[in-house]
Amino acid sequence: MTAPRPRAPGWKRYAIMGAPLTVLAVFFLVPFAMVVAASFYRNVDGGFYEPAFVLDSWERLAAPYHLDRIVFSVLICLLVAALTTAAAFPFTWFLTRMTPRRQVTLLVVVLASMTLSEAIVGFSWHLLLGRSTGIGRILVWVGLTDTATAYTPGFWAVVIGLSYSVFPYCVLVLFPPLRAIGQQLIEAAGTLGASPFQTFTSVVWPLARPAVTASFLLGFVFTLGINVVVEQLGRPEHWTLAVLISDAASSQANTPLASALAVFVALVSLGVVALVSVVESRLDPSAARRRGG
Amino acid sequence: MKLFRVAVVSAVVLFLAGPVLIVAIASLNEGRYLDFPVEDYSLRWYADLFTDPLWRAAMRNSLIVALSSATLAVAIALPLAYSLHTYRPRFGTVLFGLGLLPFMLPPVISAISMLVFWGELGRPGRIENVIAAHAVFFSSVPLLTITLALRSLDPMTGEAATTLGASPAVRFRTVTLPLLRPSITTGFVITLILSLNEYIISFVVAQAAFETLPIKVFNSLRYGFTPTVAAMAVVFTLISVVVLAALARFTDLGALTDTGPEPEGPSPSPDQPAV
Repeated sequence: MTAPRPRAPGWKRYAIMGAPLTVLAVFFLVPFAMVVAASFYRNVDGGFYEPAFVLDSWERLAAPYHLDRIVFSVLICLLVAALTTAAAFPFTWFLTRMTPRRQVTLLVVVLASMTLSEAIVGFSWHLLLGRSTGIGRILVWVGLTDTATAYTPGFWAVVIGLSYSVFPYCVLVLFPPLRAIGQQLIEAAGTLGASPFQTFTSVVWPLARPAVTASFLLGFVFTLGINVVVEQLGRPEHWTLAVLISDAASSQANTPLASALAVFVALVSLGVVALVSVVESRLDPSAARRRGG
Repeated sequence: MKLFRVAVVSAVVLFLAGPVLIVAIASLNEGRYLDFPVEDYSLRWYADLFTDPLWRAAMRNSLIVALSSATLAVAIALPLAYSLHTYRPRFGTVLFGLGLLPFMLPPVISAISMLVFWGELGRPGRIENVIAAHAVFFSSVPLLTITLALRSLDPMTGEAATTLGASPAVRFRTVTLPLLRPSITTGFVITLILSLNEYIISFVVAQAAFETLPIKVFNSLRYGFTPTVAAMAVVFTLISVVVLAALARFTDLGALTDTGPEPEGPSPSPDQPAV
């Protein structure tokens, strides 16, 4: 580590580092700055807008309809983040204690469901929860019910679809820190006479808590960003902010309103991500090694 | 405890695989409308997928977008990961954070940003716009995989090359790049799959000028259920599973999100030397 690093000439180093940063700046920071600016533009009917400095869109954001949507989005995202983290924590814990072969197989299943298009996730659950197909028909076939019920569109259909999309992300957030908790520690607790429950409450849980917090917070951010699943499985009264953004941009062609919503969601997401990095800084690697053995 | 473990793992697998199974049954159902028990099975909807010109056009667009954006994403990520790791610039953490920012924010933010950007430039609804949007949004993926690989490299290997008189360029080409190849491949392939599946950015940026596969899936559903969509969903799932299983053979899938400096195995031994 102490040996001198190779030094390319200064201008070359700037070019190698500057080129990708320029691309990111031009195609991400500049467009985002344009969105911030557009949130203050005046919307003109017919899908146009004109540069101005008006607070119309921001005032609409603070009006009862959007406030109501903001509260709904935050609550449903909290619910989904709590459900997925609660399910992902025991699953990921068992996953980290499996033989490598089984572990890889299950990770492939988890990653495959993560990469699955939102449009396909929404479609699949629509099929599974719909009246004429899926669970309802299967229950009739098996003889449990007389008539098939449609479970979509509805609030719980949205919650299930969102949880399906977010669950793999929670597993991936939990996996590395849970894997770092050494097995010897668990065995040592057992040898010292702790019951499995005591081992969990006094050894595993204190070590896993920051990871669980991170999973909950990132789960919240990921849920906030999901569109299609909500659109396909819910009614307009279930729409979250992400759906309102694409709806304002596409169906209503109201770019200023879409921009204001987007800036708001970006700020909320960044705030939560910043909170996560505070949590994770408490998980410094030297401490992890001490715990991990 | 064992019972609890079996219950949790099976419930999760059932939850993750359930929707895919029902879709697979629907795609193999001879009739247009799915009912239980299924009467006849056939592959006609899969044939539809590959003969219908609209599905083929969507497939072509999706492949163009996915291949180009995955290539560009690596082209952005590789020099960034390498220079941040090797030159250790001031504010390196901030610049790394900038690289991860597009991916950390909800995709709809990138979508709306690109919509406004190309609108202001007067070039809306082009396939290049979606390629650029995906390249920037997904560049965080290879940035992460390549950075993790760089951190796990033995610095002595590179130093040996320098001692033997290799210039930084030769050293990069003959030592660093070959060692990074698995992480570059992983980043490229995962970006490829994610781009192939991405809906909201493509939908907003394409502005109805053309369709990619996920857009076509969503649009088809607006006019009622067709089993062709189910067939498409099955093809998508198979692509993901096959590609990820192949990746799992030569990389540590579990370390993908591990940004810590030293990933540890399932049960590390205490006296294991640091690599």
